[in-house]
Amino acid sequence: MAIYIVRRLVAAVILLLIVTAAVFAIFFLVPRLAGATPEDLASRYVGKTADAEQIHVIAVKLGFTDPIWVQYGRFLKGLVAGADYSTGPTTVHCPAPCFGYSFLTQNPVLPDLLDRLPVTLSLAAGAALIWVVAGVATGVVSALRPGSIFDRAAMGVALAGVSLPIFFTGLLSLAVFSYALGITAPGGSYTPIEDNPFLWAYDLLLPWITLAFLYAAGYARLTRAGMLDTMGEDFIRTARAKGLPERTVVVKHGLRSALTPILTIFGLDLGLLLGGAILTESTYSLPGIGKYSVDAVVNNDLPKVLGVVMVGSIFIILANLVVDLCYAIVDPRVRYS
Amino acid sequence: MRSRRVAAAAVIAVSTLALAACGGGSSGGSSSSGGGSDVGGVHNVSDVTGGTIRYANSGDWDSLDPADTYYSYSWNFARLYSRALVMFKSAPGKDGATLVPDLAESLGKPSDDAKTWTYTLRQGVKFEDGTPVTSKDVKYAVERSLDKTTFPNGPTYFNDFLDLQGYTSPYADSDPNKLGLKAIDTPDDRTIVFHLKQPFSGFDYFAQMPSTAPVPVAKDTGSKYKEHVVSTGPYMFDTNDLGKSFTMKRNPNWDQATDPNRKPLPDRIEVALNVNSDDIDNRLQSGDLDVAIEGTGVGPAAQGKVLADQTLKANTDSAISARLWYTSINSDVAPLDNIHCRKAVEYAADKTGYQRAYGGATGGEIATNLLPPVIPGAEKFDTYPTPGNAGDAAKAKDELAQCGQPNGFTTGISYRAERPKEKATAEALQQSLAKVGINLEVKPYPLGDYAKLYAGKPDFAKANSLGLNVFGWAADWPDGYGFLAQMVDSRAIRASGGNTNFGVKDPEVDAMLDKALVTTDTTAREKIWVDIDKKVMDDAYILPGIWSKGLLYRPPNLTNVFITDGYQMFDYLALGTTRK
Amino acid sequence: MTTDVTPPAFLDVRDLRVHFPTDDGVVKAVDGLSFTLERGKRLGIVGESGSGKSVTSLSIMGLHKARAAKISGEIWLGGQELVSAGSEQVRKLRGRTMAMIFQDPLSAMHPYYSVGQQIVEAYRLHHDVSKRDARTRAVQLLDRVGIPQAASRFDDYPHHFSGGMRQRAMIAMALSCNPELLIADEPTTALDVTVQAQILDLIRDLQAEFNSAVIIITHDLGVVAELADDILVMYGGRAIETGSAASVFETPQHPYTWGLLGSLPRWDRERSDRLMPIPGSPPSLINVPAGCAFHPRCAYDELTDGLATTVRPELRAVGTNGHRVACHLSDERRRQIFDDEIRPKL
Repeated sequence: MAIYIVRRLVAAVILLLIVTAAVFAIFFLVPRLAGATPEDLASRYVGKTADAEQIHVIAVKLGFTDPIWVQYGRFLKGLVAGADYSTGPTTVHCPAPCFGYSFLTQNPVLPDLLDRLPVTLSLAAGAALIWVVAGVATGVVSALRPGSIFDRAAMGVALAGVSLPIFFTGLLSLAVFSYALGITAPGGSYTPIEDNPFLWAYDLLLPWITLAFLYAAGYARLTRAGMLDTMGEDFIRTARAKGLPERTVVVKHGLRSALTPILTIFGLDLGLLLGGAILTESTYSLPGIGKYSVDAVVNNDLPKVLGVVMVGSIFIILANLVVDLCYAIVDPRVRYS
Repeated sequence: MRSRRVAAAAVIAVSTLALAACGGGSSGGSSSSGGGSDVGGVHNVSDVTGGTIRYANSGDWDSLDPADTYYSYSWNFARLYSRALVMFKSAPGKDGATLVPDLAESLGKPSDDAKTWTYTLRQGVKFEDGTPVTSKDVKYAVERSLDKTTFPNGPTYFNDFLDLQGYTSPYADSDPNKLGLKAIDTPDDRTIVFHLKQPFSGFDYFAQMPSTAPVPVAKDTGSKYKEHVVSTGPYMFDTNDLGKSFTMKRNPNWDQATDPNRKPLPDRIEVALNVNSDDIDNRLQSGDLDVAIEGTGVGPAAQGKVLADQTLKANTDSAISARLWYTSINSDVAPLDNIHCRKAVEYAADKTGYQRAYGGATGGEIATNLLPPVIPGAEKFDTYPTPGNAGDAAKAKDELAQCGQPNGFTTGISYRAERPKEKATAEALQQSLAKVGINLEVKPYPLGDYAKLYAGKPDFAKANSLGLNVFGWAADWPDGYGFLAQMVDSRAIRASGGNTNFGVKDPEVDAMLDKALVTTDTTAREKIWVDIDKKVMDDAYILPGIWSKGLLYRPPNLTNVFITDGYQMFDYLALGTTRK
Repeated sequence: MTTDVTPPAFLDVRDLRVHFPTDDGVVKAVDGLSFTLERGKRLGIVGESGSGKSVTSLSIMGLHKARAAKISGEIWLGGQELVSAGSEQVRKLRGRTMAMIFQDPLSAMHPYYSVGQQIVEAYRLHHDVSKRDARTRAVQLLDRVGIPQAASRFDDYPHHFSGGMRQRAMIAMALSCNPELLIADEPTTALDVTVQAQILDLIRDLQAEFNSAVIIITHDLGVVAELADDILVMYGGRAIETGSAASVFETPQHPYTWGLLGSLPRWDRERSDRLMPIPGSPPSLINVPAGCAFHPRCAYDELTDGLATTVRPELRAVGTNGHRVACHLSDERRRQIFDDEIRPKL
């Protein structure tokens, strides 16, 4: 098991190298192939009246005049050895792992990311909890009474949940619950959990539900299908033949099996949650990684984008590793070595 | 090359992207009818102090550092915490576009050749820590703003006009006091003298930029200074969470006696950054927010709702901005090298379609010439009048005949692919021009490289027959120089691309621009801008579309609300609130 | 519902009908089945797939799809009627009074729980004992059914066990509460031949030890020959022949039974000497042929004066030893055909 984890982590590091190299290529190689000069790239990060000379100075400062592998090497070096940056009057050391400095705001990226990570994690954790519980519960009840009114209503709502975009449900729910009824926090509210856990939950309630709605729908449908399959299995008949109460049969024997594929999906979703977080955080103006990444991309701020990509990739890799390890615990037939 | 460019047009907007982003998104404009409110005057007049005003920004600030900011809302707002030598007067309408001395006792005193400008500082102005402000702090502030490596976002007017003699940055300055720049003298603590390498009649506009607000050298931390800017204005920073929010409180060392321009009302100011723009509109209406700081007006989603509701509508102001949406007519592309073919385009275009593309009357006012009405001295005229601005096919065909193309011709029309309004513009023009036989091939290009590689690169535009190019332009401040220089100076056109003049080539226009630069008499100078405007229209190089407008929502609790022509949005210096 | 007033046997199935309404028609999986079984006896129910034998056993257990099925008749178990009893009442009998082992022990055991856990679960459900005691009991049972090093295999999962061991474990689970009725549904079908014999031996030994009543459900007469005291042959949802194992094997009455016997492998005969396998396929349970359900496949249906195609034959006694058959052929003719044509080839 330990060897397995180490091997996965090594693979993760290689993956990160490839992903960041790809981002570098998209940012620098593609425009260069399209004929853009280092100055063209640098012109994104200067005021509108800067002339060619000033832009050139910035291009040199940001390192755009170096070959791309030198730039990538500098990025990697910053990760392992840290880097020095000039603030004008002084030089500041950015300790390893240094994700670089934002081209636009000249802030180091890592503290920004770490600052925003708790918001995204809070959003993700709460939403994930809600969607798993709500989705699975709905799916189970639907599966036990397929074709019933509850089943049809739930699957209808689920379809709506999968189809409606977050910025629509988000803004609508803000307008209704926060502004018209005043029962939930307005957009932009966020209280760190360590300051006040109740306020934290209150502020995040609407974003949680909005984000969870999107996923819960899918999970309800998945769970329903999985349960319908599982409840037809021989071992369910065995469980009943033992005289187990139906509730035990459904939960302990049925759901346990039906949840295994859902666990896999959950791992992927958790990793890819950044996508949902981008929209949710943008809609609710939450200062998390998702919002940060939108701003980074909109502003062509490469170091920020790289930082987000790194965090996102690490998120995906870890989520999948954890899920794979959980899989081994849940399903004894799976063993890693 | 460089000196000629400086002489002709120091302000080279190299990046259209930066322009689009930094131009204030749509810097608000003066006043016109709209929303049924009294726009020319002041709403909710009050001198009640106290309370908190809450601002929200849908994006991030470029920088709070006075040397490194280039949004007009930011310049508007900076007056709360910094005092430049000169400022736009805190007054409604046209008065707001006039310059008044702020840190200085009076406006700049030019030498006869307009190459030397002298200012005398007011007495008794202090930094937030109580240290007196001297002219050396102003000099240092301007010096550091020259360092574009450290402050890439800010304007470059001082870099272009001061006689730098190779000076680059106080951070590379061998002078022990970091005051080695020869172009600025500080003969005593209250006097500062600027030496330009060429005449510039509008230097007071430079002196109103936040980069002349004093910075104490001891507190300067370069690119980190934005984390705590040392205040000279009525408010100072309390908390500052970069990229998220900041708050301001009253500055105890600001003295009303030194400041005739400000009457600070609220006790506290809160600004949230990176807030969803639709949510901003919602919160303004629900009372959870006071001001959308960018001043661009409510978004399309909220606009319909606001206009449909009489109560909400009564709380709106329609601000016309110093921004023109236009389509350039490229004289490089045959047959548009013939003035009659260009005039045919002017006559054939249906401007009501242009206006519809921008959301109708709420989105803007139909423009018949270049200079937006908010620019001091601007005149409205119509060189190519058509019935109802809907185009005149008969006159267009007449011009086509004179051009030798009686059956019309075919050419390309480019626009920025990411902008649906420009797409709609191109399609509207395609329709109306087709009526006289001018067939347009619609060609979208990516926004980011539109000026650099496509429409703004002369050989590309010519090779691809981009006869018409949809574009837009806004001035840094309401003044003919800032508005026109980039659009019409033919000497600013570079073969390498990155141009914002897509085809105006008239030596007479260039000469008039040069003349304006040395004309220190304001009225005379403003007359020259109008003359240039008329000449360009006569040449039919530009098809004006609309002067942009924004629908600003004003929550009932705000007091002293008015739109200033200086920034074409609410004047943030004047605002108060009844909400405690 | 019934006029039978004789006291019910230990297991007494009377006129059991299990019908499943579907869009295509009513599936009459079991259509009027009656039989009895006493404690300590072993009944073999034989038939092809689709003959209704598995539905019968599931109905007794109360495991038929209650929402989809229409069930009528009576099932008496130890003096309690199950068809009319509440589902909760029947559930409490399951595992304790009646237990069941299934055909495929791999799919019948939950893959995520250890074998020991699954036995403990069944045992503790009906016995208020500590986990430790339950574990001890489970290890004893595993040991009893012949799992070597039972204590160390307790925590193994089903996929760690071989097929035979799994079936042994299933038996251990079924026997954990000393059930009075054990139903084994094709208990050896999925196993190797050598293992089959061991499992059958085990069932027989345990049955003797626990004195349970046992129903073996199988399509394989060989299994029945090994194990059963009595035999019930089912076809098209009904019983067509029943009697003691000895009697049925010695003097099989129904042409269908002949076919079944004829398909038994024999080491001492050439295949060419044997009967042909039964032609055709089992009847659709939606459209059971009129008259004798077997007549389309029967070689002798023309000898019944058309009765075979019109009248459904009822079980009637042949002789006095309780051997009964549902066939329109006269006893004499059957004996004649059996002696002349069938016996030489068996």
